[in-house]
Amino acid sequence: MSEFILLRHRDIPDLDQLKVYLKNGGFEAWKKVVTSMEPVELIQLAKDSGLRGRGGAGFPTGMKWSFVPNNLWPHYVVANADESEPGTFKDREIMESNPFQFLEGLMIASYAVQAQNSYAYLRGEFWQIGLKLNQKIAELEKAGFLGDNLFGTQYSLRLHVHMGAGAYICGEETALLESIEGKLGQPRLRPPFPAVAGLYASPTVINNVETLTNLPPIVQNGATWFREHGTEKSPGVKIFSLSGCVNNPGNYELPLGAPFRKLIYELGGGIPEGRTIKAIMAAGASSALIPATEAALDTPMDYESVANLGASLGSASVIILDESVSMSWLAQKTTHFFKHESCGKCTPCREGTYWMAHILDRIEDGGASAKDVDLLFTVARQMQNKCLCALGEFSTMPVVSSLEKFRRDFLARVDGQTR
Amino acid sequence: MPKMVTLTIDNHPVTVPQGTVVVDAAKKIGVDIPVFCYHPKMEPVGMCRLCLVEIGRPMVDRATGQPLMNEDGTPKVQFGPKLETGCTTPVSEGMVVHTQTDGVTAARKDILEFLLTSHPLDCPICDKGGECPLQNLTMRHGPGNSRFLFDEKQHLGKNIPLGELIYLDRERCIQCARCVRFQSDVVDDPVIGFYNRGRKLEIMSNSNPGFDSIFSGNTTDICPVGALTTADFRFGARPWELKSAASICTHCPVGCNLTINVRREAKSGGDVAIKRIMPRQNESVNEIWICDKGRMAYHYAESKERLTSPLVRKGADLQPVSWDEALDLAAEKIRSAGQLVTLAGGRLSNEDLFNLAQVTQKVNGRALLHTHMAGGDLVARYGLPEGSDLGALGKGDAILVIASDLHQEAPVWWLRLKQAAKRGAELIVLNPRETRLDKFAGHVVRYPYGQEVETLSVFLPGAQVPEALQAVVSAFQAAENAVVFYGSEGLGLDGSQAVAQTAAALVFSRGKTGQPNNGLVAVWPNGNTQGAWDMGFKPSADLASAVRTADVLWAAAVDPASDDPALAEAVDGARFVIVQELFLSETARRADIVFPAQSFAEREGTVTSGELRVQRYYPAIRPDANTRPDFAISAQIGLRLGLKLEAHLSSLALLRAVEKVPTYAGLSYQRLAEVTEQWPIFGRKDMYYGGTGYANSQGLGVKLALAADGINPHAAKESAGMPPAAVNGLVLVPVTRLFDRGATVMPSTLLHQRLADKVLQLHPRTAEKLGLNADSDVLVAANNWTVEARIQLDENVPVGVALVPRSTGFPVTAPLAAAVTSRVAVPEVYGGLRS
Repeated sequence: MSEFILLRHRDIPDLDQLKVYLKNGGFEAWKKVVTSMEPVELIQLAKDSGLRGRGGAGFPTGMKWSFVPNNLWPHYVVANADESEPGTFKDREIMESNPFQFLEGLMIASYAVQAQNSYAYLRGEFWQIGLKLNQKIAELEKAGFLGDNLFGTQYSLRLHVHMGAGAYICGEETALLESIEGKLGQPRLRPPFPAVAGLYASPTVINNVETLTNLPPIVQNGATWFREHGTEKSPGVKIFSLSGCVNNPGNYELPLGAPFRKLIYELGGGIPEGRTIKAIMAAGASSALIPATEAALDTPMDYESVANLGASLGSASVIILDESVSMSWLAQKTTHFFKHESCGKCTPCREGTYWMAHILDRIEDGGASAKDVDLLFTVARQMQNKCLCALGEFSTMPVVSSLEKFRRDFLARVDGQTR
Repeated sequence: MPKMVTLTIDNHPVTVPQGTVVVDAAKKIGVDIPVFCYHPKMEPVGMCRLCLVEIGRPMVDRATGQPLMNEDGTPKVQFGPKLETGCTTPVSEGMVVHTQTDGVTAARKDILEFLLTSHPLDCPICDKGGECPLQNLTMRHGPGNSRFLFDEKQHLGKNIPLGELIYLDRERCIQCARCVRFQSDVVDDPVIGFYNRGRKLEIMSNSNPGFDSIFSGNTTDICPVGALTTADFRFGARPWELKSAASICTHCPVGCNLTINVRREAKSGGDVAIKRIMPRQNESVNEIWICDKGRMAYHYAESKERLTSPLVRKGADLQPVSWDEALDLAAEKIRSAGQLVTLAGGRLSNEDLFNLAQVTQKVNGRALLHTHMAGGDLVARYGLPEGSDLGALGKGDAILVIASDLHQEAPVWWLRLKQAAKRGAELIVLNPRETRLDKFAGHVVRYPYGQEVETLSVFLPGAQVPEALQAVVSAFQAAENAVVFYGSEGLGLDGSQAVAQTAAALVFSRGKTGQPNNGLVAVWPNGNTQGAWDMGFKPSADLASAVRTADVLWAAAVDPASDDPALAEAVDGARFVIVQELFLSETARRADIVFPAQSFAEREGTVTSGELRVQRYYPAIRPDANTRPDFAISAQIGLRLGLKLEAHLSSLALLRAVEKVPTYAGLSYQRLAEVTEQWPIFGRKDMYYGGTGYANSQGLGVKLALAADGINPHAAKESAGMPPAAVNGLVLVPVTRLFDRGATVMPSTLLHQRLADKVLQLHPRTAEKLGLNADSDVLVAANNWTVEARIQLDENVPVGVALVPRSTGFPVTAPLAAAVTSRVAVPEVYGGLRS
């Protein structure tokens, strides 16, 4: 693929300048939808394109939009720019370097559900990006792309940037909404789903930054063009955030369905110092570990194929682990992260992550026995399927999968071997 | 009627209204699904995950929409892959719930094990131990041993005052958020919240003073562990040592149902002592809540200052005498008196009041009620009749509140009206200043103090309605049912009479007298003011001269001498004074005979609430052997005068009253003890569900029949109005504060930080005009008194008046012109601020 769809700034210098963005077809899609498309047409286009949410769950975007009821108003669109999954850094690059394409996508999604106020929710650490986005929004208002009666139509739209305070849980969409409303960031009970009762109890669409960034090219080039990339069930391109034990970490834009091997060896330059790859985490810290067998390396990176490996593609934050990594050390790291980030609302997550972290500390410190390894497994298992939101469930994934697939690493620590 | 839904829980069919959650449906048929975060009075949140159950739903053919059937003709049921929370899942037709399978049992055990990993397990020293849901559920469902290493427990503060009334033990907290949700959702005092996250999540107070809510004690009842305790009961007793007595709160006219917990104590010489006051469920009155005054202002009953012997004046001093000597003397004085004036207070029981009234009548005395509120006769005729329920008011009902700061005057009624508004009732608030009720009202009307009748009359049929009030008046008139509450905000007796008359006329004008949920409710200053009216006591327009000219003044449960220097002078003027009291009050000091009476905790009796509900309270502690209940004292005086009155059994005294007071016909202690099933099902066996409050097995009370005497009420022509303010002066307007400085509150020292201060509340502009600043000390002078007070600025106070809290030391019973002087000498040149 010679041309980027999402990371276009890598081809076009200064794409974060409005002039440059406009020169390169910027906001033509926006003008097109506002002046010539009905919201239903736009929703149908999104459905036809097969675009799926890039935040992790892979839910079809057009279908998400169509859930918004037209007898309840106002509607809101919220761009989830919390990007808090360890190992994910794609939205950041988009917002830093190709911000207008993201904003245009957010505007198109807003038009699709006729929202007149939309939000970009950024994690607190992104404050510089937040300042920059505010500038860009001001420029767009000045240029007449945002504001009242756009292009002489009845449609008006305003965008707002909302900064979080640095909590992983606020990437969970209902906790994110609580946070925008000024409340403690804790997930809400579902149902009602945000599509019906979201921000300020109004129907709300929440889309990931990357998902939204796909929209302008889809509007300009059509669904068929979009489907030329990727697989039938996972069409389009995806930014893979590659990190861990790899020579060339970074963001890579590839069609969905490209094999792991291509990402890791062709683009990522393989494993440092000639070591052997051991496992892959495809979805950041929330991953079940994929042992890096030859078959696994040849697996296409799309939602279905990765699910078949017993893991999930998630937001495609691919963390590579090589033979030098002890999986008990890895489980300790992820568990400490989840323990730190657990909001505390539900019992299994609040207490389970705390407990797991203590057991793992003991295992890593060499003060544990094989019994503790078994205990760790049962504690993780007894958290599963009981948590209020996905955080608690995800926290068990690396623990359970590493115990299932790399138990020897834990037993080695228990036996007093140093790493 | 909501649509009914039938489902099966553990093979038992149950039919419940649509919208019911699985936990509640199970409760209906006696299936206990344990919960921690769920509370039947609050919206579900699904946090604790203890209520996980297996839920199956009938399968439907997607193509035809027809239910799928098994071969045996039963519907095919599909169970989800995960357990579901019973507290958040609404029932649906044909649902099948399993609560006792291996999977469910294991899940409960798992969740309990998680909770216990961070719990200190200090049950032996925990106040909740013995009535703790976590303890009980662990015994029943939990693992016997923990796999969590004790050394890895997180240790946290165990002695954290959220305020001076409520303490937090952070180690015990299981983060269920019941307290946080109660404060924000139920009582609209969001003064506590969560801080931090994860295992560090902790409750904190964000108000100053800490935990600034008059309902704070309720959080300790619904806390499912020992994390929240009241300063009053903390480390006071073990729950299993406690015995219970049903009681009624007599601090305000709501009549909240209480349970008094007692145990034997060394400090009481081995006798029982009150350890705490708990709410007792009465869904028509207080649900399962009480205010902090009701919970904590009981210590007066056990005060060391209580009278313990009859006293008779011998020379200059009151000296202890025998009961017979005191009673003989009292009877002789009353018999020979030209004019007996009996002055009674609204905390006496119906039996006390009846006997007092009988003796008074016998000698053609005057039965006077010491109160600043009028209209008990009107409430008896146009009050809320049988079938009315504040808990059922909602769509189609209008509630009009005039001249009342209900949050302070009758907190639980405030709560009920807030809920009624949420259910769709048209809440109309008429008050001169903003109150906590305004927020929930559909309409708020402001009027200047002294314009009550003019404002209320607009709602009468045929009245000229100003443009601005048309919406509120038509909302009131369009309502199917209407309840009118009137209070005493800024009113004296005259003003109250005018408001009561007009309010009664308004209720009458709707033509629905005697129909459920229609009627007049008085927000009385005391717990049994209504009963006093019913037993024949009436306030006097000129109490001072009535007292002064009495040959014998017989004062029971009143202290006029400390309320007002003019009344003190009048008491001194009375030729002979008999007092029945708990304490040696100012009036008692001036008396010739003092009888030591008994408090509500030491005896039984009945009281009548402002909504005409007669309720019965039971003895909780043993009285001092040398005290007697008020009804017995008056009966024994009556016997000496040849009257046959019941002097031994309160229950028989009520039967006597019932014979003579038509609206009380048919009442008996047996009837008052009747209970019917209430929802939610609440009680001691399942404290996990609703908390540690008490179920009601001792009586829900009986609504009085309305008095029928054929006289139609006439609206007052005008308000009593306001006196003109003196030059450099103000009009003082009396208002009611919950925590006043009355004799029944002061002995509860725990509440002292919350007491209303002796302040003049002024609008900043009023203060500026008078050259006064916030917190400046002033002298307030009117009539023949001068008191010291402090200035408090409040923008909600109308300009030109000063609010003075009742029972804080201002002898202000009605709006009164007063001169206000700064206590810092002001040079002449700045104007004559001196009075």
